[in-house]
Amino acid sequence: MARLILRRLVWLVPMVWLVATLTFIVVVAAPGSYADTVDHPGLGADQREALRARYGLDQPILRQYLSWLGAVATGDLGTSFVFKEPVAALLMRALPPTLLLGGAALFLDLLLGIAVAVAAARRPHGWFDRISTVVALGIAGLPSFWVAGLVVLVFALLLGWFPASHMTSVGAADLSPPGRVADLLHHLALPALCLGLVGAAGTARYLRSTLLEVRGERFVLAARARGVSDRRVLVRHTLRPALLPLVTLFGLSLPFLVSGSVVIETVFAWPGVGLALLQAAHARDVPVIMGITVVGAVAVLLGSLIADVLYAVVDPRVRHEVR
Amino acid sequence: MKRSRRLEIGAATLVALTVACFAGPLIIPAPPAPDPARAALLAPGTTVTVVESRDGRTLVSPRVDARDSTVVIGGHLRDVEIPRSQIVSVHRHRYWLGTDRFGRDVLSSLLIGGRISLSVAASAALISLLIGVGCGLAAATGGRWIDAVLMRTVDGLLAFPVLFLLILVATLFRPGPMALVAVLGLTSWMGLSRLVRGQVLSLRSRPFILAARAAGSTPIRIWRLHYLPNLAGPVSQDTALRLGDLVLAEATLSFLGLGIPPDLPTWGGMVAQGHRVMIQGWWLATVPGLAIATLVISLALIGDGIQQRLAIRAR
Repeated sequence: MARLILRRLVWLVPMVWLVATLTFIVVVAAPGSYADTVDHPGLGADQREALRARYGLDQPILRQYLSWLGAVATGDLGTSFVFKEPVAALLMRALPPTLLLGGAALFLDLLLGIAVAVAAARRPHGWFDRISTVVALGIAGLPSFWVAGLVVLVFALLLGWFPASHMTSVGAADLSPPGRVADLLHHLALPALCLGLVGAAGTARYLRSTLLEVRGERFVLAARARGVSDRRVLVRHTLRPALLPLVTLFGLSLPFLVSGSVVIETVFAWPGVGLALLQAAHARDVPVIMGITVVGAVAVLLGSLIADVLYAVVDPRVRHEVR
Repeated sequence: MKRSRRLEIGAATLVALTVACFAGPLIIPAPPAPDPARAALLAPGTTVTVVESRDGRTLVSPRVDARDSTVVIGGHLRDVEIPRSQIVSVHRHRYWLGTDRFGRDVLSSLLIGGRISLSVAASAALISLLIGVGCGLAAATGGRWIDAVLMRTVDGLLAFPVLFLLILVATLFRPGPMALVAVLGLTSWMGLSRLVRGQVLSLRSRPFILAARAAGSTPIRIWRLHYLPNLAGPVSQDTALRLGDLVLAEATLSFLGLGIPPDLPTWGGMVAQGHRVMIQGWWLATVPGLAIATLVISLALIGDGIQQRLAIRAR
């Protein structure tokens, strides 16, 4: 097991390098550069040339690539063209909001998804099952940006219960610590709900079918025959094995936790990684684009590794296979 | 198990949507030229009077008042009074789905946008289908080395955060419709190639294939009679779900202002436009959003329906 993890960790390096290199090619192959996106009426051709020289954009592409790669190898992600600050600092600022939003969404996702699936699988094709199946199918088909817009319209603009955007109120810094937490949660509610609801629809659909599958297993029948109570059959004999595959969901949702939902962050002006990437792409802020891509790729790869390891931990059959 | 009608319902909805988008604009009465000064943000179902004047202007307004020798046409800011002698023609038009803030007919935009959304998703799915099936077959039948190289490539590409890549490419290159199709198609085939490879490998060891080989069937015959029919089900299920994903991906990019150029209507772009005037015109974001949802749900139903059929047949 340990050897397997180690081998996968070693593989991580060339994979991340591949993703970073491909991204670099995409970024530099695009027409224009940061120097062309700076909008200022007093900016002439020679000033733009000076800008290009200042950020090393006049260098041959191979040299730009090698100097970026060399810096990354020593742990330096470079300095943002737009914000004139280290990319690492920028990421450190954008990651916590994204993690907070993603974590809250994942929590809602599992809570709602498991509850609905268990209730639906109790009586397959009963009224709750039918309604929840249709609703879940509907929610999974709705574009997330549309749900977000609708939620903002109803709960923020018409009812005024929640703020429509941003992470904190104006002047939140002057509030007492509990007040600041309450303010943050107040802002978190709508975006987390939008993200969590879409996830919950998928979780519920998936878990329902797994639950029904497990219910048909002979060990469930055997437990029933032994006179085990319905509740215990559900929790210990049905839900437990059905939840196993869901463990991998934690690992697979890590990239999503780190990269954030570009759409939700855009709609709610949530200052996270997704929004930062969108802004960096618009401004041709190469170091920021590359930094976020590297972090995103590491998250994807680590996530799938964690998913596999967790699965082996909770399911002895897989553990033996892996060896 | 009760036979469910998912496949039929999904397919009927998909066909109805497609026919409406491609044939609809030819059948419904053509909307009048947009009149932003008088006919912007009209609610669904509003009937307007369309007045064409002698100097070639088209005035569209829900409030038209005939006087003795003139006609008063109500506007958002001020009314216009035109002498009757100046009027060439008058007719009435109903905006079934209202108008946007430029006075354009939402129904027409929706149908035209649907053509674009459907064509982009379908073409991208076709590309993804060709590459995915080709790569999967090559990996399953081409020997160990080809299999290893192809599958490691697939693993590597799956390590890309796809939405990142889409957003990067879309922002940096501002692709036209064709390039967008290519990008969407090229980033969505990996799962399918894994599916095809797995199916072929598991079919290969099944008794009926062995029996066919033992009976001396030619490889072409075995492929035609045994592999292809057994691959068709899972592949079409996967393609139905993929089409839904592609519709959502295109809509998301258009929503972010990165997809199809904004002068063409698309459902995602219409939602984005509608968001800006959400309070004044709730229908502007709602209608195209529901259209996307209907399309994606009908595709999900088709996918589910195919899966149910396969499960029943497998028993």
